[in-house]
Parts: sequence; structure tokens; C-alpha cells
Amino acid sequence: MTVAWRKFLDAVRSETARTRREQRFVVEQPARVSGPSEHVTSADDTLALYFLCSHPDLSPASAVAVTLRAVGGLTTRQIAAAYLVPEATMAQRISRAKRIIADRGLDRPGDLSSVLRVLYLVFNEGHSGDIDLASEAIRLTRTLLTMTHHPEASGLLALMLLHHARRASRFDAEGRLIALAEQDRSLWDTDLIGEGIMLLGAALARDQLGEFQVQAAIAALHADAQRVEDTDWGQIVDWYDELLELTDTPIVRLNRAVAVGEARGPAAGLALLRELDEDLPRRQAVEAHLRERSGDLRRAAELYVRAADRAGSSAERDHLLRCSARLHDAR
Amino acid sequence: MAKYLMLKHYRMPSEYMDYTPMDQWSPAEIDAHVAYMNDFAQRLRDSGEFVDSQALSPEGTFVRSGGEGRPPVTDGPFPETKDLIAGWMVIDVDGWDRAVELAGELSAAPGLGGEPIREWLELRPFLGQSPTVTE
Repeated sequence: MTVAWRKFLDAVRSETARTRREQRFVVEQPARVSGPSEHVTSADDTLALYFLCSHPDLSPASAVAVTLRAVGGLTTRQIAAAYLVPEATMAQRISRAKRIIADRGLDRPGDLSSVLRVLYLVFNEGHSGDIDLASEAIRLTRTLLTMTHHPEASGLLALMLLHHARRASRFDAEGRLIALAEQDRSLWDTDLIGEGIMLLGAALARDQLGEFQVQAAIAALHADAQRVEDTDWGQIVDWYDELLELTDTPIVRLNRAVAVGEARGPAAGLALLRELDEDLPRRQAVEAHLRERSGDLRRAAELYVRAADRAGSSAERDHLLRCSARLHDAR
Repeated sequence: MAKYLMLKHYRMPSEYMDYTPMDQWSPAEIDAHVAYMNDFAQRLRDSGEFVDSQALSPEGTFVRSGGEGRPPVTDGPFPETKDLIAGWMVIDVDGWDRAVELAGELSAAPGLGGEPIREWLELRPFLGQSPTVTE
């Protein structure tokens, strides 16, 4: 076991004991059984359906759509509204996916990691509409966990719960994006955080570390800090080191640079950024933040504007423009 | 009813862009601008005239076929000064006069110092279906 891991387990054990005293949790709440998924006859059939819907021949978008339709029991109209595409387009996507599954499904179904990947996408890239895709992803992951007790399934559910716990603080009443450091932590859902930490602790104790458990551990360390200045950035860096061992991607390196910037100062973070491609999404936003912290406000303001030009959403763009504007005010 | 596209541009040629760009505003001015746009869209939803609204990233490129058996050819990204579409709103209204009225209202969104920016918006009628009764 790594040092970071052991330290975290110790923290979780004391946290768990405290949490148990304070409140009662049902760790494995029974999945909500309702709607069209009721026709599913047995857990084995349901599990098989999850695997089929994550068939490796399906594109991620198709796997997501057919999982929500066949496993989640949502209507095509609801799924279309959630992903902001016409209903006919979504209907076509689902029926093509079903054809691929019918043709090729039985010889080579998806494996657990592809199922987890699909559920992660539903959680993370869900849009709006009258269906809350994040809650839907949590429900489907809970059901999956009742059928397969793989630690990565627990890790994914923990990750979702820990992020979902912060949802009330992520935007203000005017719809403005609030960065993690500025969020009102009293709005965080402590029940969800407690459940996420318990799930994660149990998963980590089984000694089969995986990506989702590591990401959940990082989320847990953020959730655990009562105030932003209580954040244990040193441990977060340790967990990013674990994540790099498991999956060395530019995005992980970028996020690690943020953590290093907090743990060891902005210069250390900026040094790591130099190794990363200029075109990497969010790189300029991260550099702007680190420049701001190092006191180079002029450069930071310029970089925030450039980052705004490359933002992936209107909320993110407006947030970055506000960051730049704040520095103009300060000058 | 008739549909119209209201096009918003990034970085218009300077003779068409006489207001201070957003990256020079204060956070409160940006908030006021965004709130104005959101309220405008909400009022059109309430009046049954809203169809769609989307924003585009300024990052983009030109693409064309490279010819048979060759990969597509790309050109760009555009130089900073080039006019780009920033986003659009589609409305479904009684006619041209109402469309002009609404575009004028949207153009008056507040900017630096809370003053209306009076930016140029491009208003384009959709080519609709032929009416059934023509005589």
C-alpha cells in the first residue's frame, strides 16, 4: 500500500467513526424500482443488459443513449431533451445502437470498465431538461453496485456522490459559475459526502486501486475541508501521483499542476505547465490562475481573456471574463 | 408567424464596433449584461416567440474537400481581427416589424458604465414554406 493510501484510510476510519455517531446511513440503499425497468426479471438479466449497452462497437454517445433507454427506462423524448437534440435524431441513434447490439452483442459484450465509463459520461456530460441526468447516473450506478461489488463500481458511485453533494453551491441564484474555492461549503450535502466517504473507504480497503477510486479520494479530500484553506493539497498531490501511475494523460498532468501549485506554490505549478501542450483545453485558465497567485496580474488578466475564448460553455466563458475583469478592477 | 435569425458577431470591423469590448468591463458590468440577455430570452419564451439560442466558440476553421482520396484541407484559425459569428437567437414572430423591434432591444444590452452597447446585430428572415393559400 502506498503512503497516501494508508494516510487516507486512517483519515477515513476516524471520519467514519465520527460520522456513524452523528448520523445513520444506509450505504447500499435499494435502487429505486419504478417505471419501465420493472419488467426486468432478475439481477443477472439486468447486469447482462448493462454489459450489452456498453458494447465496444458502440460510440460513447450511442452507448449512453441506449443505456438510458434500455437500462434506465427513460423515454426517447426525455433522452433527446436531456442532450438537446431532436427526438427523431435520438430515436435513430438508439435504434442503430440496438441493431449493433443484436448483430454483435452476444459474442463480445462490454466489460465492467466500459459500463463504468458509460455511467461516468451520463453523470459528467449530462445537460439539462426535465430529467436530472446526474441523479439518473447515480441511480443506475447504485443498481449496478447491488449486482457487482467491484471496488471500481464503488469508487465511481463514491465519486458521483461526492460531486453531487456540491451541486447546490456550483452556481449562484443568477446562474453564475462558482469556483470550488469560492463555494459556500455550508450548502454541501453532508449526507452524500458521508456516504461517499464510507463507500470509498470500503473500496480502498480491498486493495484493488483503480482510476475512479483515486478520483473519488481527491473529491473526498476536497469535501472533507470545512474551509478552502483546510484543504490537504499535499495529500491531493499524492493521489494525483497515483492517478498518473494508472492513467498518464495530459488532463491528469494539468490537474496535478493545479494541486502542486497549491501545495508547493505557484512557481512549482507553472514549471509543470511548461511541459504541457499550449493547446490543451483549460491550460490557459490554469496558467492564468497560477500567474494571479504569483502576483503577475497583468499576464493573468490577459490569459483569462484568452482562456475565455477557448471555454467549453457559456457559464465557463463568463466566469473567466469575470476573473479577468476582477483583475482590471484591482489594478 | 415568421422565423428570423438574429446573429451576433465577435470582433466586427471597427466601423461597426464602437463599444468597449467585454474584456475591459468590470465583473458587475458583465453580470448586468448577461442578466439582460437572459431576461430578454425569458420574456420571449413567456410571449411564445422564442425558438432557440446558442453561443459559439470563437475558435474555428475553414474546411474543404481535398479532392478524391485526399484528406480535407483546413485553413485558419482566423486572424484576430476577422469577423466571426458569436452566436444567434431564432425568434418566431408576427413579422418583420416585430423582429426589428426585438433586435433593437437586444442590441441595447448594457456594457461599460451600464450604457447600452448598441451593437450591430444581423437580422435574417428564414426561407419558410410556401403558403397553402396564395390567391
